[in-house]
Amino acid sequence: MTDIQHMNMIQAINSAMDVMMERDPTVVVMGEDVGFFGGVFRATAGLQAKYGKNRVFDTPITECGIIGVAVGMGAYGLRPVPEIQFADYIYPALDQLVSEAARLRYRSAGEFIAPMTVRSPFGGGIFGGQTHSQSPEGIFTHCSGIKTVIPSTPYDAKGLLIAAIEDNDPTIFFEPKRIYNGPFDGHYDTPAKSWAGHADAQVPTGYYRIPLGKARIAREGQALTILCYGTMVHVVENTVAAHGVDAEIVDLRSLVPLDIDTIEASVRKTGRCLIVHEATRTSGFGAELLAQVQERCFYHLEAPIERVTGFDTPYPHSLEWAYFPGPVRIREAINKIMKD
Amino acid sequence: MSDPIGSGVTQGQAGRNLPPLRLHVPEPPARPGESADFTHFDIPAADAAPRPDETTQPGDMRDLAYGLVRVLDEDGAAVGAWNPKLPPETLLRMLRTMALTRAFDARMFRAQRQGKTSFYMKSTGEEAVSIGAALALARDDMCFPSYRQQGILLARDWPLVDMMNQIYSNTGDRLKGRQLPIMYSAREAGFFSISGNLTTQYPQAVGWAMASAARGDTRIAATWCGEGSTAEGDFHSACTFASVYRAPVIMNVVNNQWAISSFSGFAGAEATTFAARAVGYGIAGLRVDGNDILAVYAATRWAADRARANGGPTLIEHFTYRVEGHSTSDDPTAYRSAEESSLWPLGDPIARLKQHCIALGIWDEDRHAAMDKELAELVRDAAREAEKNGILGHGLHHPMESLFEDVFEEMPWHLKEQQQQMLDEWKAAGL
Ligand SMILES: Cc1ncc(C[n+]2csc(CCOP(=O)(O)OP(=O)(O)O)c2C)c(N)n1
Ligand SMILES: [Mg+2]
Repeated sequence: MTDIQHMNMIQAINSAMDVMMERDPTVVVMGEDVGFFGGVFRATAGLQAKYGKNRVFDTPITECGIIGVAVGMGAYGLRPVPEIQFADYIYPALDQLVSEAARLRYRSAGEFIAPMTVRSPFGGGIFGGQTHSQSPEGIFTHCSGIKTVIPSTPYDAKGLLIAAIEDNDPTIFFEPKRIYNGPFDGHYDTPAKSWAGHADAQVPTGYYRIPLGKARIAREGQALTILCYGTMVHVVENTVAAHGVDAEIVDLRSLVPLDIDTIEASVRKTGRCLIVHEATRTSGFGAELLAQVQERCFYHLEAPIERVTGFDTPYPHSLEWAYFPGPVRIREAINKIMKD
Repeated sequence: MSDPIGSGVTQGQAGRNLPPLRLHVPEPPARPGESADFTHFDIPAADAAPRPDETTQPGDMRDLAYGLVRVLDEDGAAVGAWNPKLPPETLLRMLRTMALTRAFDARMFRAQRQGKTSFYMKSTGEEAVSIGAALALARDDMCFPSYRQQGILLARDWPLVDMMNQIYSNTGDRLKGRQLPIMYSAREAGFFSISGNLTTQYPQAVGWAMASAARGDTRIAATWCGEGSTAEGDFHSACTFASVYRAPVIMNVVNNQWAISSFSGFAGAEATTFAARAVGYGIAGLRVDGNDILAVYAATRWAADRARANGGPTLIEHFTYRVEGHSTSDDPTAYRSAEESSLWPLGDPIARLKQHCIALGIWDEDRHAAMDKELAELVRDAAREAEKNGILGHGLHHPMESLFEDVFEEMPWHLKEQQQQMLDEWKAAGL
């Protein structure tokens, strides 16, 4: 019997690592400022005090080093959970992720694996400018051998992070930092909400897992299917509620592996599909989703598939809300799809 | 046999009877609630460091990477071989620029707290590092700074209002509201566009210096990063290139002891100095009292003269202390002893130069107080001026369509389409 507690997303993520460190002595947590301080977003708070410095430690500021070391620890038999402080700082680690971690199982025919889960806050909406706002998930979904998981609620964050840590393949776990402390409906000019009173902020304190590759129907509907993940799930939910359209909102939760069955079933039912992500448009994950839906559901479609995304510019500072794919952009796309 | 992991992970062969290995994880001397302890710092006398000729081979001056170049002694006298013997007007200019930087930081930190912008970073306690260096370089030498060298712009007389416009991301912002506050770019001031990604500027500075050398120019480059940032691969790539091509570049490591919550031990400070990184690369290395602006100036002059004489690069570690939080997003009381900054054994750079100027008879307390007052007013007036161009999030910003400019030299069709979509959206939203 496990207890249920109210948790925001940071607390849920913290709880996932806590539960896994308790259950599995090979789990280690590492990264810039994660040890004594508990991380710049406090996601690892208390873990070093509880599990000691051999298992929770600060690292030098070198993302390539952090991931390279995590590959080596994985080769030894540990299960590292490195944190990259912001997704925008993951690029120095790309070689270790893309050429090493992602291909280790394949090139050693299973002799060596890289069972790491790379946690990293991502996404914008916090006036963080171009180096604290990016959504680089498409870079990772594009490379073979790496899983990409993105939660949208505290409940999912914990269950998915546990599943990712238990998974024997390298997984990128992007945490939508705009919704760490509360869901965001896309209206930046209204006061920020907390997770208080939100059903998905009721989180079991113990162990549970949400399998990777299983989407969640965030709202059932008949008129069109909206595929989204992370922060955008909440922006979409709110926009749909205001619009009144009977949309089915699919929260993908994991991009690789992708729950293609749920997507297919939903689009076949509704006959219309909108794809929403915050990342830039060209070669974004939306392009892959669009291709999949087109290939599998073409004869069920009643309107062209639409994408709502961030624009193909670097993430701006003062014009953040002109960039962000907010309620207006989503509403216009819904109208376009529904008009045919 | 003991199984520290206790997990079924294969451990080494039993029966070899070897002692178990241990992982060393650094720990700073003091945490919150504990008293600060700097007794482990070995601070040599101000006149202890010898000053080699600028053309000395790196292998013949290794001790300087482990010592401490100093000029100002405990009584505020300028002593030793490194004394740059500067005229009074230069000393007073240094003092004023450091005080201006501090006043600027105070005002802009407050502006962030008042919700006028998203972010700010102070350089309190480290003013000598950027200003001493900037004044020792030629005005047209190229600087590749990190985010904590605002002092360079002030030393190069860059307009305060221009800097504030950037901080407010307003209509006057030369960077069109695209960058996080303090990520300045000022080409005319020889100040390269600051990146939020640590240490990327290091190899870039080396490249600029190589280009200058390849073209037979006379200008040199200088770059700065924090001690924490020396862990990044880019730092090491830069050192290798600088060494191989004997690039005319000065590589500054600002060792302010902290990298957000991580003390310098996580960048390797328990094992050696940061200046000693130079030794392995065959580069000249100097370790300098970063709170002594005369020492910073003298070391930079030495390195600049060396570079101009085709003697190659110098790595300078500036030993200093980050007195304030990392940024407006940080609360240092959560991870370090509150006593540290007041007990810092190398004092405050402004107080030390002030003491020196007073001892020389060219300055006094009254003039200092009057200067502080004047600078606070100067900064306040500049802020008012800048705020006329808008503050972040209050309507006054560059035109919406500028969001799509400068992605490329010429805008491709897809950006034109997206630009139109954005304008339509804002119309649809009634804005
Ligand atoms: C590539 C990269 N990784 C991580 C960060 C996040 N970060 C910003 S500043 C900082 C600490 C840097 O410390 P240090 O180099 O000592 O410079 P200081 O802030 O002390 O001047 C970190 C980890 C970043 N900006 N870029
Ligand atoms: Mg530092």
